[in-house]
Amino acid sequence: MSEGQHTHTVTLTVNGDVHTAEVEDRFSLADFLRKKLGLTGTHLGCEHGVCGACTVLVEGEAVRGCLMLAVQADGQEVTTIEGLADIGGNLNTLQQAFMDNHSLQCGFCTPGILTTLTAFLQDTPDADEISIRKALSGNICRCTGYDTIVRAALSAAATLRAGQS
Amino acid sequence: MSGQTFVGQSVKRLEDPDLLRGHGQFLDDLKLPGLLEAAFVRSPLAHARFTSIDTRDAQDMPGVVAIFTAKDLPKVMQGKRILLQVPNPAITNPVTQEPLASEEVCFVGEAVAVVVADTRHAAEDAAERVIVDWEPLPANGHCEQALKPGAGVVHADMQDNVAARFSLGYGDIDKAFKNASHVLHERYEPHRGTGHPMECRGVAAIYDTFAEAFRIWSSTQTPHNTQRGVVDMFDMPEDKIRVITPDVGGGFGPKNQVYPEEMVIPAVAQLLSRPVKWVEDRREHFMTTTQERDQVWELSAASDKCGVILGLKGTLIHDTGAYLPWGTIMPYISAATVPGPYRLGAYKLDITVAFTNMVPTTPLRGAGRPQAVFVMERMCDLIARELGIDAAEVRRRNFIPADSMPYEMGLTYRDGAPIIYDSGDYPEAQAQAMTRAGYDTFSERQREALANNRYIGIGIGNYVEGTGLGPFEGATIRILTNGRVAIYTGATPAGQSHRTTLAQICADQLGVDMSNIDVVVGDTGMMPRGAGTYASRITVNAGSSVQNASIELHGKLLKLAAAKFDVTEDDLKCIGGFVRIKGAQGDSISFSDLAKMTSGTPGYVLPKGITPDLEASAYFTPPQATYSNGSHVAEVGVDPETGLVTILNYTVVHDCGNVINPMLVDGQVQGGVAHGIGNALLERMIYDKDGNPLTTTFADYMMPRADMIPNCNIVHMESPSPLNPLGVKGAGEGGTIPAPAAIIAAVEDALRPFDIRITEFPISPQRIVALIAEAAQEKNGEQSNDAKQ
Repeated sequence: MSEGQHTHTVTLTVNGDVHTAEVEDRFSLADFLRKKLGLTGTHLGCEHGVCGACTVLVEGEAVRGCLMLAVQADGQEVTTIEGLADIGGNLNTLQQAFMDNHSLQCGFCTPGILTTLTAFLQDTPDADEISIRKALSGNICRCTGYDTIVRAALSAAATLRAGQS
Repeated sequence: MSGQTFVGQSVKRLEDPDLLRGHGQFLDDLKLPGLLEAAFVRSPLAHARFTSIDTRDAQDMPGVVAIFTAKDLPKVMQGKRILLQVPNPAITNPVTQEPLASEEVCFVGEAVAVVVADTRHAAEDAAERVIVDWEPLPANGHCEQALKPGAGVVHADMQDNVAARFSLGYGDIDKAFKNASHVLHERYEPHRGTGHPMECRGVAAIYDTFAEAFRIWSSTQTPHNTQRGVVDMFDMPEDKIRVITPDVGGGFGPKNQVYPEEMVIPAVAQLLSRPVKWVEDRREHFMTTTQERDQVWELSAASDKCGVILGLKGTLIHDTGAYLPWGTIMPYISAATVPGPYRLGAYKLDITVAFTNMVPTTPLRGAGRPQAVFVMERMCDLIARELGIDAAEVRRRNFIPADSMPYEMGLTYRDGAPIIYDSGDYPEAQAQAMTRAGYDTFSERQREALANNRYIGIGIGNYVEGTGLGPFEGATIRILTNGRVAIYTGATPAGQSHRTTLAQICADQLGVDMSNIDVVVGDTGMMPRGAGTYASRITVNAGSSVQNASIELHGKLLKLAAAKFDVTEDDLKCIGGFVRIKGAQGDSISFSDLAKMTSGTPGYVLPKGITPDLEASAYFTPPQATYSNGSHVAEVGVDPETGLVTILNYTVVHDCGNVINPMLVDGQVQGGVAHGIGNALLERMIYDKDGNPLTTTFADYMMPRADMIPNCNIVHMESPSPLNPLGVKGAGEGGTIPAPAAIIAAVEDALRPFDIRITEFPISPQRIVALIAEAAQEKNGEQSNDAKQ
């Protein structure tokens, strides 16, 4: 920790576990998750809030981990990519749809896309292709050309709807 | 052979489960005890000299461990530059980068010092406090400007900015032009941006003082090239330098270079006897990771009155940036790609490679081909337009017929072999693309749309792509004592699914399930020889090696089991990880037990017929490139008021020979097209005339997004290559290569009523609006001139 940098003690619930740590005020939430908690599934692609790779869920909302400071997340509940699969490590519906549809290649942007879609499908269970593409327009994927991601989201939405009815 | 087939099936990926759970292991995820982090001090000027670097203030900053400039690096590195990967006699100035610049910087972002600290935050804080006494020098921000008389030199010790000159061609070009009924001329200015993998570059290193050896992790496409670079720089033997690639978050070409940071980070790890890591941030990526930028083409086509191209000649200026890390490969590929699927009577291109004060350019997905295909296809469109022939018909009249395969084109390719197209049916590819795209009914649709004030257009892009280049890529396959099959290869994936593809090939041969196969990639310690992932070469090279090694290993398994059971090999088959005696009651032995048998018992002789090597290696060395091809048809809508382009329909006919996994090839094609759409409509790396980069965030540099990329209609044709045992060709770049040509043609076609010509890419909405205005002005001018006359 650099001298002269203000620090705060923060307490966050991350993927169900409570963590308390001292953190420099300037630490982003993504840096905090990666460097302090060792949760390296959250990836940094641009660190200026455009690419969406670092997206995590804060109180269920999709948030850019590079634009939110760790201190802003004090007292809140955070879900990262590591928290999406169940405790046994089984892929959830959306993750399985990604595997089935070849929705990832290098996999670097995938954590942010999964978290973005998790929040979106929660809010929009009847999502159609156009709304999914809009929801994804803040996440850059260089590998896939997006089509297989959209297909996975549509398929996961259908599965989730069927499960609820 | 076991009878089961994974090859040819859309098998799900072995890579996915870890990546989907957030358990990928990328460079920045590396955890090493006592790890220090580095930040670089970089030039803010495109060209400058300096004599002193003042690190005193920075040194005192909290958390700082050490700061190094060029003169502080180990003695063995002094005066050295990074190894030129692909030398060529045409290069007049074979200059590559120093690990840290010692007295002159030649592009914005070139590193002059490195700060090592406890944390990245501390290292960056201190890097800002390092003071360099910059003395600005004249700089060039465009390749054409750099070649003008009186232009300042890119490197202070050079006479001019010519990096290389060469010519390529065949046939009697003068005769072709003499016999022409039409000669058409055009100037083209294609521009490509940069690769932008979502993971930036990164390097970590440990120097083991006990073994006197380096362990280096790098987010690279080519760990063996990095190793070669380090061997050269540190003058150490290969076996003391192990380069490991963790999961790589995309490459697209720029990670196929050896970079200064890959020398400096090991050096400082050695000097400090501590592990050190550097991870590039996106701003650094914009400034220091290689790009593809500008080319300027002046081309003349000689055509007969039917649109048959008798000859094509002209010049190409290629921007190499401040250095030549990858030689002249890219302009060479551009020049050799131009004729493509067409039987040009004669061809002559004079190429000048120009230094500029910008980050070097090196191959990026397509590697000079999107530009070459663009100029050739635009020339076909120009002929169509001037001679009043349909654009598809002009192409049909010039195609190499399918029955002339293999076809010797008349040029030498960059692999040193004559360009001989090995297989393919180019007329059929276009015909299928036209059918799928509804090309024949398009003019009707266009008329109807226009009647409703909607502007739609259609464009074609055909290409032939040299893929699967040598020298080789090997594979060693070993049966482990736990019965699992391990494949070791130099192939280094960055999202291309090598593990899945190679396991599919091996599983079929050994009769095991893919889940029993582990594919170990990108580690020079596990596979001492390798070339790397570029030039759409891995399935051809590593795939063929896996095939050949699997067949050999299969033979060994049978031989061992035959000795064990005292039967002939013909009586045996491999299935489910066992070698079984054929027949219902047949005895069997597991791969695991066979592997244990070959390990022997200490002090005892091996049983008769048993040899200690339950493994096989193969290094497939292709005799020449194998040529993939394809046809793209784009249908777009353009709003002439705003210049906004919408892609309405996109059809791809793609021929990469036999397909190992259709799902994965579709993924490569769709992703490649998205990249091509970026090239056509979005991605421009803007520098001012003095070489200052102006687009250094994703807010300034536009990347393709989910709401603008259509779902492509993909049609596979399979013309097997006769040049490798799998009959495969490369598939990684074909999606990108013809996309700018097809899309720009479609935009121009949509705006036919405005009579504009588009000779550049990318084309922005602003530029479209400006071209429409220019055309209108020109027309008005002509009309008023007519009135005067």
